Amino acid sequence: MSKPAPKSPSIGKNDDPFIKIEDVHKAFGTQEVLRGMNLEVQRGESMVIIGGSGTGKSVTLKHIMGLLQPDRGRVVVDGTEVNGLPERKLGPIRRKIGILFQDGALFDSFNVAENVAFPLFEAGLRDRKEIFERVREALSVVNLEAHLAKMPNNLSGGMRKRVSLARAIVTHPECILYDEPTSGLDPVVSDQINILIREMQSRYKVTSLVVTHDMKSAYHVGDRIAFAREGRVYFLGKPSDIKASKDPIVQDFIEGRSRPDGNSAAL
Amino acid sequence: MTNIFSLLGRIVVNASRYAGQVGLLGVETVKSPVVGKIRPNLIGQQLVSIGFGSQFVVIVTGAFTGAVFAAQSYYTFSTVGLETAVGSVVSIALCRELGPVLTGLMVTGRVGAAMAAEIGTMKVTEQIDALRSLGVHPVDYLVFPRFVGMIISIPLLIAESIGFGILASYLVTVKGFGVPGAWYMNHVRTFTAPEDIGIGMIKGFFFAIIIVLVSCQYGLSVRSGAVDVGKNTTSAVVTSSLMILIANFFLSVLLNYFFPIRVA
Repeated sequence: MSKPAPKSPSIGKNDDPFIKIEDVHKAFGTQEVLRGMNLEVQRGESMVIIGGSGTGKSVTLKHIMGLLQPDRGRVVVDGTEVNGLPERKLGPIRRKIGILFQDGALFDSFNVAENVAFPLFEAGLRDRKEIFERVREALSVVNLEAHLAKMPNNLSGGMRKRVSLARAIVTHPECILYDEPTSGLDPVVSDQINILIREMQSRYKVTSLVVTHDMKSAYHVGDRIAFAREGRVYFLGKPSDIKASKDPIVQDFIEGRSRPDGNSAAL
Repeated sequence: MTNIFSLLGRIVVNASRYAGQVGLLGVETVKSPVVGKIRPNLIGQQLVSIGFGSQFVVIVTGAFTGAVFAAQSYYTFSTVGLETAVGSVVSIALCRELGPVLTGLMVTGRVGAAMAAEIGTMKVTEQIDALRSLGVHPVDYLVFPRFVGMIISIPLLIAESIGFGILASYLVTVKGFGVPGAWYMNHVRTFTAPEDIGIGMIKGFFFAIIIVLVSCQYGLSVRSGAVDVGKNTTSAVVTSSLMILIANFFLSVLLNYFFPIRVA
């Protein structure tokens, strides 16, 4: 039997976090996914959430976007409480955030260029030349300029993810949420994505929240790393702190160790 | 016995929940042009897809229904020397009942199924979440254009179905069985009133609402995977078809009260 998780650490003492998650609980039927999640992401910071499958990492991202509503607790984005807001009032907050979905979530009736141009059209931009330039610029960042006219079903998984990233950054949002940005990608493309996440943060001062299982990526892109376990943050600290942690559960996870009985304490 | 009551209870609860969801979707759809954003290009695409794309199905359905109805009516009426009445019977039946109902059912099969499957697939591949995360309301983007496209297309498709049905019945009765064309047309004109055509259009309006809201709601309520998409697509077609048939009965009774069949 795993030892009970400690209370989520108190984090982020800065007074102006871009994202603030307070004691969020979420269950799907009888399955409790979030059990008191607390997290603050400061403006311009790159925060990484790591943790085993089913610990509520992607669900946390969906709460930030207002795609899911918590059963209990508060989610505050840029000073606005998003939980309980009607769908139509969430639009302005969502437009401040870009999101890279785990499987890309590209619109399959649009080609690559149309997918990337979509947020610009929806934001009211009508100048075709400007739209084309912005689309080309976003696609060049992910090295996909040559694939403007391809349909999503003709792209590899990695290319779909990069198009999704181009769609997320094309409007220059204040914050980008990355859901498993490097999963399923080869090491070279993964490294490119990691560098890109860092560049977005350093060049545009974008707040980043990255959900990943990839420890190499986590160390590369994270200013701080939150280790999620049993629906809450179990450990929070800088990459150097997590590496130096003596907690066997944390060490099991970051080293990718399973226990002899087949049940890793990290899960 | 307890099991039967429990099963019935579940059916009633599920049906009520679904009716509530369809109702809420209806309210959100009607609100959409006021509080949301209208996308004329998407409405245009739906007009092409629903209106133009259903031409063949609707013309064939209307024409062969008119033809077979004319043939059966002729066989019966000719035994009592009333062959010339075929035109009026076919015309009234097509305008008031067969045109709208059969068009509604065919459009449900062709368009309603596609709506549920397309929206359902978008749901499981997170495309609807992607829309929402870009600040686009799914009802504004997916449901309202289909709603407008259907409301405009269905009455035109019904009129087309009725027209081809009467034309086919004319060909069968006049050219096939040798009934004088002047008598046939005289009966059609005498017994078919503008109200009969109006009834078909009014029914079409209600059927359009049923098809779009039921199909889109089944698409939006897909939870996960291809199996769920398939199940909800089937349910969308079955539910829309049954609702059209049931609504048709009540609309017939109601509209007949306001617009009774004219006796020449």
